[in-house]
Amino acid sequence: MGYVQGLKCRECGREYPKDPINICAFCFGPLEVVYRYEEIAKVLSRERITSRPPNMWRYLELLPLDDAPTVGKDVGYTPLVRAENLARSLGVSELYIKNDAVSYPTLSFKDRVVAVAVSKAKEFDFDTIACASTGNLANAVAACAASAGLKSYVFIPADLEQGKIMGTQVFGTNLVGIQGNYDDVNRLCTEVADKHRWAFVNINLRPFYAEGSKTFGYEIVEQLGWRLPQNVVVPMAGGSLITKLKKSFQELTKIGLVEEGRTKMFGAQATGCSPIVTAVKKGTDLFKPVKPDTIAKSLAIGNPADGFYAIQTMTDSGGWGEEVTDDEIVEAMKLLAETEGIFTETAGGVTLGVTKKLIEQGKIPRDESIVVSITGNGLKTQEALLGRLQKHPVIDSRLDSFEALLVEKQSRL
Amino acid sequence: MKRKVYLTFPQKLIRDPLIYRVGHEFRVVTNIRCASVTDEIGVVGLEFEGEPEEIGRAMEYLKSRGVLVEPVVMNVIE
Ligand SMILES: Cc1ncc(COP(=O)(O)O)c(C=O)c1O
Ligand SMILES: [Zn+2]
Repeated sequence: MGYVQGLKCRECGREYPKDPINICAFCFGPLEVVYRYEEIAKVLSRERITSRPPNMWRYLELLPLDDAPTVGKDVGYTPLVRAENLARSLGVSELYIKNDAVSYPTLSFKDRVVAVAVSKAKEFDFDTIACASTGNLANAVAACAASAGLKSYVFIPADLEQGKIMGTQVFGTNLVGIQGNYDDVNRLCTEVADKHRWAFVNINLRPFYAEGSKTFGYEIVEQLGWRLPQNVVVPMAGGSLITKLKKSFQELTKIGLVEEGRTKMFGAQATGCSPIVTAVKKGTDLFKPVKPDTIAKSLAIGNPADGFYAIQTMTDSGGWGEEVTDDEIVEAMKLLAETEGIFTETAGGVTLGVTKKLIEQGKIPRDESIVVSITGNGLKTQEALLGRLQKHPVIDSRLDSFEALLVEKQSRL
Repeated sequence: MKRKVYLTFPQKLIRDPLIYRVGHEFRVVTNIRCASVTDEIGVVGLEFEGEPEEIGRAMEYLKSRGVLVEPVVMNVIE
C-alpha cells in the first residue's frame, strides 16, 4: 500500500522508482518524493485524522512508507502552546509556540525525520543505520536504531561536548569520533556511504527522511483548528525543515483539508553561520558557504544542502530571513523560559531572537497569527548558559537567615 | 571512472576559463551538468571522466587556484 508514486528530480523533473537514492543521475539535482494526491484526497479527511492516536502517524497517507510504521510509533503530536505572556512581552496579539523541545524520545524534531527514515530502512531491508551528526540527529538515530533492533554507526567530530556524546552512546550505538574539521567528517562519511550498503539517513535515504519534517507543519494546522498560520518562524541549518513546512501547508490545501491561504515563511540563523539569511538579504538565490562560529551548534552548517530551496521558500512566500548574535540567542532562551516556562536549546534562542527582530522591524505584523518553531531542548546545550544566570544565594539553615534574605530581596524590588 | 563534483568559484575566479584549462592540461573529459552564476559567485555541477589519478590531479589543480571542490553530496553532517 502507500501513496508514493516515486521519486522525482527537483531540477530536471526526471522520474525514478522509490529506491534508496538521493540525487538525479543526470543533473545531480536532489530527489523528492511524489505522491498520488487524488487518491489521498479520497481517503483522508479531518475526521479520519482526528480519530487516530495523537502521534505523527495520524498523517500516514502523506508519508513515504508502503506499510504501517514499524518503529518510532509514538513520535510527534507535541503541544502548540498559546503564548500569552510572551505575546504581551513582544507586543503581538496571537502568538504560538510549537514545542518540539519535548519531542519523544530524544527531545528534538529530529525524532520525526528519523522515525520515517528508520521505518523506511526496514522496508528496504537494511540492517545498519548510519548518520553524521553534531548532536540532535546522533541522539535520535542511536535511540531509534536501538528500539528497532538494528545496528547503527554514528559519526561525530572528535571534539564534541560530553553531554552529546553520552546522549548518543548510552543507546549502544557504534560511535566514531573523527579528527579534523566538519569538512573532513563530511568527506569521510560520503566515502563510507558510497562503500557500505547501509542506510545513511541523511544521504541515501534523504528524500524519505526529510518528509518526516512535514508532520511538524500538519500538526500546527490541525492544532490551530484547521487553519493556516499567517507567519511561521523556522530555524535553518541545512534548510530542509523550512522547505518541508511549506510543502506540508501546500499539501493540506491541495487535498482540501484546509482553506487556501498564505503563510509567510521566515528563516532564522545565527550571525556566526548565516549563509542562507545573507543570500535572502542580498536578494540572490545562491549562497556563499561559510566557516561556522556560533554557540548554536545544531544550526552550524556552513554549506547547506537545501539552502537554495530555503531561499526560494522564504522569498516566494513573502517572508524574510534574519540573524541574531550569540548574546541575543542567550537572551531569547531566557525570555522564553521566563515567560512561558519552556527551556529550549540554542537553536530555539535563534528562532525566538529572530522573531523578536522581525516584529520590531515590522516584517511580521503585530496583529497576525505567528508560530515560533521550537525544535530542541535546553538541557542539551547547558554550556550556553554557563555564567549567564545570576548566582543564587546560599544561607545557613536558620529561619532568621532566610527572613533576612527575604527582606533584602524585597528591598531591592 | 566518472566523478561528480560541485565547483564553487569565488568572484575573482568567475572570469577565468578554468574548466577549459583542466580539460587541456589533464587527460580528463569534463561535462557540465548544471550551473548558476551571479556577479558574486558561480556554482557548477561537473562530471569528470578519466583515470582516477588524473581526475585527482585535475581536482587538486582547481583547489590550488582557489575553487571549492566538493563531492556532489553537500554537507551531510547535521
Ligand atoms: C534543534 C534543531 N533545529 C533546527 C534544525 C534545522 O534543520 P534543517 O537542517 O532541516 O534546516 C536542526 C538541524 O540540525 C536542529 O538540530
Ligand atoms: Zn535531474
